[in-house]
Amino acid sequence: MTLVRHHGGWTIVLTIIIALMLSILPLPVWAEFYRPAWPVLVLIYWCMALPQRVGVGIGWLTGLMLDVLKGALLGQHALALAVVCYLTLNLHQRVRVFPLWQQALTVMLLLALYQLLILWFDGITAGQTHKGWVYWMPTLIGTVLWPWIFVVLRDLRRRFKVS
Amino acid sequence: MLFTPGTSITTRLVLLFLASILLMTLDHKQQHMQNVRAGLQVVVYPIRYLVNLPVDIASWASENLASRQTLVEENASLRYQNLLLQGQMQKFDALQAENRRLQELLGSSFKVADRVLIAELYRVDFDPYKHLIVINKGSTDDTYVDQPVLDAHGVMGQVIQVGPYTSTVRLITDPSHLLPVQVNRNGLRTLAVGTGAIDRLELPYLPNNADIKVGDLLVTSGLGRVFPPGYPVGRVTKVVRNNGSGFAKVSAEPSALLDRSREVLLVWSADTDAGARATETQQPKAKTSADKRK
Repeated sequence: MTLVRHHGGWTIVLTIIIALMLSILPLPVWAEFYRPAWPVLVLIYWCMALPQRVGVGIGWLTGLMLDVLKGALLGQHALALAVVCYLTLNLHQRVRVFPLWQQALTVMLLLALYQLLILWFDGITAGQTHKGWVYWMPTLIGTVLWPWIFVVLRDLRRRFKVS
Repeated sequence: MLFTPGTSITTRLVLLFLASILLMTLDHKQQHMQNVRAGLQVVVYPIRYLVNLPVDIASWASENLASRQTLVEENASLRYQNLLLQGQMQKFDALQAENRRLQELLGSSFKVADRVLIAELYRVDFDPYKHLIVINKGSTDDTYVDQPVLDAHGVMGQVIQVGPYTSTVRLITDPSHLLPVQVNRNGLRTLAVGTGAIDRLELPYLPNNADIKVGDLLVTSGLGRVFPPGYPVGRVTKVVRNNGSGFAKVSAEPSALLDRSREVLLVWSADTDAGARATETQQPKAKTSADKRK
């Protein structure tokens, strides 16, 4: 047992569940292609803020849920999310002190890597390769949204004293 | 949570990496993962349920808060429609009897009427590059993998994953879906390929001199043993005969309202073994689907 007491685990779980819900919320067909990868954004935040609590394991489990919800190959999103969490954990001490816009750029790279991994597995297994430039729009939208997501989640973390 | 606190994150990542590769390989082969998937479907069921809840509430409200006037009007129009359909049914019964007699004369076995069940769609989204839907019937209702799904106008798709209370259906327009069809007018058989566009199918395997023209009705041919024969699939919308390539470019528009139907029909066709057994003995789903796979 660790001596540090953990608080507010429910806040983390709830934000992840909300992110999962947002990723299957019905949208008009044109908007579906622009849907940001909500679970990735939320997990990047928690890995950065509380690296001792949220890590590759939780990232992987969330990814597995996402696989089932999205009807993807089992393990596809799981692996991509675990990799993103791993990189965030390694970078967290530097990224945490960045100004928000610089953080957003780092997040963009992580999101792009995530999308690339998914595209790669799709290419290997399903053989659909050409998705055009619109495939990268969620990365861009996620980057633009990052400052707001950061502020909202930080306030939630302080409000519910998650540690 | 998943690991003891001592494990370094690199070790964790490597272990999870291997686990993911293993999962993906097994899942890609599609044989061993049905039970795992069914289990995970239960875990994500609450999430889907919550996302679908507002739609449920809205439809409940529109049913319960409708004015008397609207209900009376709706009732009248349904009564009228029912009368029309009953009139048509009389002719249909006679035709069916006649058809059976002729089939018997020919010595071929006639298909008894298929068993159907109405399922409702969950309003949840998938990957926009795939055409999948979730319905509210699962193995507790004897749904099985590969089961055909229709709506009032034509073929919608087939079940690809079954959970206890929900199933996932691949629509016929999904880019990885192939459907054996025939032209209703002359019986010409071919394959209809999903394009990824919700309103278009392609028939890429027809030679230039094939007897097909705009407006032809395509129906399921029953080859492939997934769909019962004779259900409408779509209408040919474009035929381009290209002397350079040897194959005509033929597109069709699906008859089913793939992006608008709220209720769909699950079909247990009478000539598949699994369907017959499910109808007779109400067997648990795991068995029927295992048999079906062979």
